[in-house]
Amino acid sequence: MKILIVDDFSTMRRIIKNLLRDLGFNNTEEADDGNTGLPKLQSGNFDFLVTDWNMPGMTGIDLLRAVRADERLKTLPVLMVTAEAKKEQIVLAAQEGVNGYIVKPFTAQTLKEKIDKIFDRIEG
Amino acid sequence: MDATPINRDLLLEKAQALVSSLESAETSDEQLESQIDEINSFKDNHLFQELGKMTREIHDSIMKFRMDSRISDLAETDIPDAKDRLEYVITMTEKAANTAMGVIEEGSPVAEKLGAEASVLKAQWQKFRKRELSPDELRAMGKDVEAFFDESDLMMSKLLSGFTEILMAQDFQDLTGQIIRQVINLVNEIETNLVELIKIQGESQTQAKNEPMNKPQGETKLEGPQVPGKESSGDVMKGQDDVDDLLASLGF
Repeated sequence: MKILIVDDFSTMRRIIKNLLRDLGFNNTEEADDGNTGLPKLQSGNFDFLVTDWNMPGMTGIDLLRAVRADERLKTLPVLMVTAEAKKEQIVLAAQEGVNGYIVKPFTAQTLKEKIDKIFDRIEG
Repeated sequence: MDATPINRDLLLEKAQALVSSLESAETSDEQLESQIDEINSFKDNHLFQELGKMTREIHDSIMKFRMDSRISDLAETDIPDAKDRLEYVITMTEKAANTAMGVIEEGSPVAEKLGAEASVLKAQWQKFRKRELSPDELRAMGKDVEAFFDESDLMMSKLLSGFTEILMAQDFQDLTGQIIRQVINLVNEIETNLVELIKIQGESQTQAKNEPMNKPQGETKLEGPQVPGKESSGDVMKGQDDVDDLLASLGF
């Protein structure tokens, strides 16, 4: 399972990376916004994308749109982990095809639950 | 400066009249003085017109500046709001520091205890290797070893959960970073407005051309972290449970 973590704050990337490692996912890569993340996704056989929303350059929602518009990436599971907590934003993310949505601050347990749920659904 | 031009023809006429009065011996001093005053008034009128124009421009600029609602927004809402946000940054960094120190304070004795028990066992083990243990002592050591294994399992999971707690506490850096960026943007905006104010003073003679300074507005405005007591207007989720309920209602 290869996972790409996209967040403009390196501390948050490190937190998510460590939490994923605790959950048994050791193969992770990082990018600091959509502009650097998208080429990685396009060239790197990723199985899962964890992305922030509010980033300079290309935002998470635009990255999600780009992923869904890309023939080879459109089925990639995407989990959004963001401080954006407005209803209209969550609805927008759902409309654009996000697979899970976590608001910051979050717990290790929440991350585990959402990831389990996403993969249960895909396998089921 | 596009001041009203001096009426040159009229001025020339007055000046020629003054010259002929001067050449004529019959002109009285009073008459000369009044003619000079008349010429002088050309200069005065011009100056007063200029002054009036400048005053009006300064007044207009100041009024325009005052009426720009963004300025009053900054003073009445944004600056107090920024203060509260910075207070929240202090609260969050303090909480993260205390979490980390708390885990360390709890974890250090645990690690020390494990280390101490291991050295007791090591001493016993060395005695055993030298065949210095009686069968009773050997049985006792066996029990101690078992107890140590059980305890170390427990302690290790305690330490590991402590590490996760410290890790999660670092999320403050992202959240406070976002808030501080918002405040930096606000400071930049205030700076721009102050520069504008100084320009109005300096360039009051030229046409004031300050365009209305409006808050930049995107398609979907991103709010960043919700600050307690400062929740954005509109529907804001209180936490992950709210988000989950909303997504469930959307068929997730």
